[in-house]
Amino acid sequence: MILLSQLINGVLLGGYYALLACGLSFMFGVMRIINLAHGDLAILGACLVFFIADQTGLSPFIGLIVMLPVLAVGGWALQRWMLERSLRAGLLVPLLTTFGLAIVIENGLFEYFGADSRSLAPYIGDFAFDSWAITDNIYIGELAVLIFAVAVVLLGGLKLFLNYTSLGRAIRATAEDADTAELVGINARAVYAVAAAIAVATAGLAGVFLAMRETFSPYSGPTQLIFAFEAVVIGGIGSLSGTLVGGIVLGVAQTFGAQINPQGFLIAGHLVFLLVLAGRLVVGAMRARGGMHGLFARRP
Amino acid sequence: MAASSVEGGLLVGAGIYKHFGALTVLDGVNFTLAASESVGIVGPNGAGKTTLLNVLAGAYRPSLGAVYFNGTEVTAFDAAQRCRLGIARSHQIPRPFAGMTVFENCFVAATTGGGLSGHRAYACCVEALDLCHMLHVANRRAETLGLLDRKRLELARALATSPRVLLLDEIGGGLTDEEANNLVETIQVLRGRGLAIIWIEHIVHVLIRGIERLICMDAGRIIADGKPEAVIADAVVIDAYIGGKAAP
Repeated sequence: MILLSQLINGVLLGGYYALLACGLSFMFGVMRIINLAHGDLAILGACLVFFIADQTGLSPFIGLIVMLPVLAVGGWALQRWMLERSLRAGLLVPLLTTFGLAIVIENGLFEYFGADSRSLAPYIGDFAFDSWAITDNIYIGELAVLIFAVAVVLLGGLKLFLNYTSLGRAIRATAEDADTAELVGINARAVYAVAAAIAVATAGLAGVFLAMRETFSPYSGPTQLIFAFEAVVIGGIGSLSGTLVGGIVLGVAQTFGAQINPQGFLIAGHLVFLLVLAGRLVVGAMRARGGMHGLFARRP
Repeated sequence: MAASSVEGGLLVGAGIYKHFGALTVLDGVNFTLAASESVGIVGPNGAGKTTLLNVLAGAYRPSLGAVYFNGTEVTAFDAAQRCRLGIARSHQIPRPFAGMTVFENCFVAATTGGGLSGHRAYACCVEALDLCHMLHVANRRAETLGLLDRKRLELARALATSPRVLLLDEIGGGLTDEEANNLVETIQVLRGRGLAIIWIEHIVHVLIRGIERLICMDAGRIIADGKPEAVIADAVVIDAYIGGKAAP
């Protein structure tokens, strides 16, 4: 029974990771940029909503409505003025640029908010810990279910958007081959900016849910980046449905790890990540060398 | 460039130079394409044919000179803007959008480049695919196509943008005689609809059936321009091809 409860909680936690990873995966899929500031942008979103809630007493859910457009515009500007220029200098430069951005965001937030851990939980009242009792032993948190539902709707919605809208098709075409996309009349720069806006806004959304379910500080970003990165790699880079699966695998692994040992939470997650990564490398090498036999054969 | 000669052509390149570092690839090219005219470009490798196409399509900015389309200067416009104005081009090596179906490849071109929407975009794609004999593979993923169909898709996707000028870069290369005949038929249908065409091709006997005027380039210059038969017979052209003394 306890296993079932852990499984459900792990899956729900996976929803959060999928939500967090969504923007990272999307940005890499469209622009081939690994955004090292992704976790910090999530924390930036959380801080913004915290600031609004703290100053005005408005519910974080209303703060969210204000924060999302702000971050989307921020993402758009980020692409136009920083990432686009970095991309022209090769694939490695955006990595450095976003690393620098991460440091700027962390220290900027530290300057204003200080090192205190904060949480949005006090601003959402009982909702932070309310749960439904399924049986005597199994409880599922209402907030966790909400986060999972948002993740599924967001990832599913994004997939539908990419498949069935004109802008979505333009994004896919640009992701595949930006030069050729220009030849059929697509403004690749504008498409990139839209993709960055979507990616950064979803990062902020994930950050707010993080802040609702636990505490955060200006330096929480890098940890979230690692979780997002693990979810993306487990699920397959650039695939949205894969990101959901990757998030769930990571969440379940962490939950079961925590069951074994309180320290096992992180270790189990990293282990699954490394196993999947090793598995992918082996399969890749196998394909390249023609099957299982070729893998162990000596190179000619 | 005098206004009169600009107005005379649908697509005009005036005094175009293109340098890559110390290398001069286009060395003062003046080029005029009239509305509904179809022009072939031949020339030895490295003559600057593809570069000229890139300058006209907006992939490269000329180092010097100007490009006019329909009387307006478009030199500063990028490829996407020129495509929306009505200049479409196909690649020498096909570059379909992988992960999308053949139809989606055209649909994205029709909605962005052609500015169409809904059933008009749909109809435009069906027509483009039909012209290129691709309707039977419309729902296949583009990356599963063979070379012939990839080449046809390049053409279909360019047509789906509803262009006024079509720039074709060696779409006949590697085709069998029958496939080349189909291609020429398609080109002739397009000419019949008043589409202006610039076609670079090495296979001259295929090319001359699809065009009315032939240009020969060598070392970044136009060395002959006129009726196809006359250009082919031109001593300077034969020199450039057979590799006698370099063309003056």
